[in-house]
Amino acid sequence: MTAETLNAADVYAGIGDAPPPVLEIEDLVVRYGRGRAALAAPPAVDRVSLSIQPGETVGLVGESGSGKTTIGRAVLGLERVTSGSIRFNGRDVTNLSAKERRALGGDLRAVFQDPYSSLNPRLTIGSSLAEPLRIAGVTAADAAARAGAMLESVGLPADAAARYPRQFSGGQRQRIAVARALITNPSLVICDEPVSALDLSTQAQVLNLLADLRAERKLSYLFIAHDIGVVGFLAQRVVVLYRGQVMESGPAANVTTAPVHPFTQALTAASPVPRPAEQAARRAAREASGVKTAGNADFAGVGCPFAARCPLATELCRTERPPLRAVGGSLAACHYAEEAAARPIA
Amino acid sequence: MSDTAAFPTRSSQRASRRPLQAPQALRTLLRSPLGMLGLAWLVVIVVASLTAPLWLPYPIEYQDFSAVLAGPSAAHLLGTDELGRDVLSRIFAAGAGSLITTFLAAVVAIGVALPLALIAAASSARIETIINRVTEIAMSIPALVIIIAVIGAVGTNLYLVMTCLGLLIAGGIYRVFVGQAKSLQSQLYVDAAEVDGLRPAMVSIRHILPNMATTIFVQFVLVFAIGLMLQAGLAFIGFGPQPPEPSWGGLIQSASKQIYVHPWLMVPTGLVLVFTVLGANAVADTLAGGQGAPPSQVALGPEARRRRRELKAAAPVAVESAPEGMLIVKGLTIGVDDGPELVSSVSFEVAPGTVLGVVGESGCGKTLTALSLVGLLPPGVNPREGSIRWGARDLARLDESGLAAIRGREIGFVGQEPMRALDPMFTIGYQLAGAVRRLRGVGKADARAEAASLLGKVGIVDAERVLRSYPHQISGGMAQRVAIALALAGRPKLLIADEPTTALDVTVQAEILSLLRGLVAETGMSMVMVTHDFGVVADICDEVVVMYAGQVIESGTVHDVLGAAEHPYTTALLAADPHAGLGVVGQERLASIPGQVPQPRDWPTGCRFADRCAFAQPQCVVPVPLIARDRGDGGVRCVRVHELQLGRLDDPVPLDAATPVDGGADPTAPTTAAAPARNGKVRS
Repeated sequence: MTAETLNAADVYAGIGDAPPPVLEIEDLVVRYGRGRAALAAPPAVDRVSLSIQPGETVGLVGESGSGKTTIGRAVLGLERVTSGSIRFNGRDVTNLSAKERRALGGDLRAVFQDPYSSLNPRLTIGSSLAEPLRIAGVTAADAAARAGAMLESVGLPADAAARYPRQFSGGQRQRIAVARALITNPSLVICDEPVSALDLSTQAQVLNLLADLRAERKLSYLFIAHDIGVVGFLAQRVVVLYRGQVMESGPAANVTTAPVHPFTQALTAASPVPRPAEQAARRAAREASGVKTAGNADFAGVGCPFAARCPLATELCRTERPPLRAVGGSLAACHYAEEAAARPIA
Repeated sequence: MSDTAAFPTRSSQRASRRPLQAPQALRTLLRSPLGMLGLAWLVVIVVASLTAPLWLPYPIEYQDFSAVLAGPSAAHLLGTDELGRDVLSRIFAAGAGSLITTFLAAVVAIGVALPLALIAAASSARIETIINRVTEIAMSIPALVIIIAVIGAVGTNLYLVMTCLGLLIAGGIYRVFVGQAKSLQSQLYVDAAEVDGLRPAMVSIRHILPNMATTIFVQFVLVFAIGLMLQAGLAFIGFGPQPPEPSWGGLIQSASKQIYVHPWLMVPTGLVLVFTVLGANAVADTLAGGQGAPPSQVALGPEARRRRRELKAAAPVAVESAPEGMLIVKGLTIGVDDGPELVSSVSFEVAPGTVLGVVGESGCGKTLTALSLVGLLPPGVNPREGSIRWGARDLARLDESGLAAIRGREIGFVGQEPMRALDPMFTIGYQLAGAVRRLRGVGKADARAEAASLLGKVGIVDAERVLRSYPHQISGGMAQRVAIALALAGRPKLLIADEPTTALDVTVQAEILSLLRGLVAETGMSMVMVTHDFGVVADICDEVVVMYAGQVIESGTVHDVLGAAEHPYTTALLAADPHAGLGVVGQERLASIPGQVPQPRDWPTGCRFADRCAFAQPQCVVPVPLIARDRGDGGVRCVRVHELQLGRLDDPVPLDAATPVDGGADPTAPTTAAAPARNGKVRS
């Protein structure tokens, strides 16, 4: 299996006339720890490839332990890459040093999950916002002016700059985190579960803000979340991970409404909708689908990681890792994706 | 570094003058009488010692032969020693030297430990290991022996001795610092700075160091106290400054020689030394423990009991017992003692075999309401009014022993974090069997068998293996199953579940919800499900109450409330749910509610949602009662409910028929409510 067959962008954008991608991840592998024990365990991220076009949002969905956060951290240089490559705007950014990262000039930024630990409690909002600009050599006065303007564009008063993080609610802090990410005019923002700590009404505010800013500034997002509903709202393309491997990837509409991989089907079916009658039907369909419990699904690193839970799994699935291949409008890593796609799902 | 100096902008400088950051520690200190006393003593001693030459009543070597070994008098406030020297003068004359050299020890200890800790925390595991080993060697050296050896070699140079002490103590201080520095290093704002390419040294200075300020100060004060004791000890055994130069240890040494002749001589110097060390420790304790420490439960215990008694006496509500297995909550108000109200007059009923959902955003009082049902409110928070009828008893007025009899046996509880229900030190089998024995009064062997069957009941296939496991050996989903099994150990008739699936993956959540639904159907128990997720409500609940800012704002059957919500908050919240549009592709904006849930002390007297409501009118400033739903059973807390008819417009609209409405639309036009619920294109 070559990297080319994995590159989803080529499938959708057409080879040749597509603009160069903002982000290109190829065969990324990240292992935690050292020594023989670490090598024996399946890696946290296992040969993942994905690309993001300019102005595009790619959603990265998966459950805890799926490696979605690790991929984001590897792109940001916060996690050591074991093998594979990460190219950002045509430039290799795999395992960069602090100095090399500084040279990116704030073109690649991040919004993290926890609005309470993503801002230094001892620094004023203005000082936190100005930091990336000051690193890039902007004068203090210019940085302060831009911080004020940026705060206004995320819907906060400019005088918020003089205050400290604890004077703001979770939703406001996440706006501040977005402001901090966008103040350097990046082309790509890694959003790692940016709304999962927020309540419904503030979650919607922050999602709308991200959508607005994307339209205004021609941003690309790598949007990491466990919630396929949230991802489906913001992303044009969705990549579904399980145990460090890509299970399915494709246009958001396909993946969220007509998934072809049994895991994606289990994931969408398990996500409850706030309409009792519809939810009862979905629940019945889910219970009939025969997905096995996550509790006793150990994965030794051989074959398909979902095989232990999959209702369609055969001996082939337990011994041979399925390649990513085109099924319907998506790519799916499943030996039986056609059969899965034909099943009635919720 | 010039970077740091340039960092604070004008506005941040202005802000830093406000009493916010460092003064926070000071405020903690001011609030504690003991800490305050300690600080006051230290200040007095330091100031008095350093200014001693200016105010001492006698020169230190002045001998008053008319009063040798005298007690306190007008001429000599603290008496005199065996040479007729004024004790007060000698104590404070000795103070400056003692304090300055001790200060030196503390500066050296911190000055060595802190940079090492910052470097270790920021560096690779290998460098950290090297630093750890070096400090361990330093820690293993017996400090007193080394110091006496140094004195033997170079004589009593106190500056050198105290520098040695600082170096030898630094290993222990490093241990304290490196722990904190490492936990700070894993904060997301440190990650963010690293993404920016901030130099590691600058990351330490800007993001780690300031957050360690309190710890640094605490350690400084502690080293200071140790140094003072050690110095006095050295002087006492004759390794201090040579007479006639005064030192605190020397004063104690000479006093000890007169202990049988004139015991008083020991008192002033001894007390000054003891109080100074105690004062330093009190300051350190207050600063170290004062941060975020919960209020003392011991002090609150009797207070809470008194309040319960007051509630008992104040409102002798007609003792109307609820039917068997029925929970009836009426007008329940919960508040912080001498503080704001947190839950206001909440009423609902849970019939046997049914599931009630309590739904709302954080800060709306739903968890407190749930906790009050099992008498587990945090210390200092108590029911103020209303009743919680369970059989013939009122749980709001029941004392701790009465609640303990019900908790686990009649009413079970499952929390959000299953791991918190399990003790990491014991196997699951031990904990579960223990609960079964306690709650059902059965023997050891029976309890073990029952524990295994409980695990089977919550869908755990290999029960025996899980029983032998420790909590850290099982997954989160498995732990929640175990927590549910624990809650079921006493065969409760009612299960209170506080966000039981929020911390779980969505596929695991579906499994747990199925499990809970099965248990309700099988055992006929009832359940109160606290959640923020309308999907969970739709999945498992029969009835639902929607809470906002401590009040129930809408209630009814799940079908009515979710299918035809009548309160503007419920409709808006449903519209903001991205899952409502699951399968709806190309949605450009989610409906959202401006602002946020107000803090309890900011709750208005009128409608608490009015500030954020698209339909608010002048009439919304008066208190709003819960009035009957427009359709179906239940209530709605909105004065405009019949006029708005949000529920009626909602249901017949087909999924893609609703036309987007612009944000500027007339808020009184009822279509604005229908549109967000279905299409989501409204204001933000």
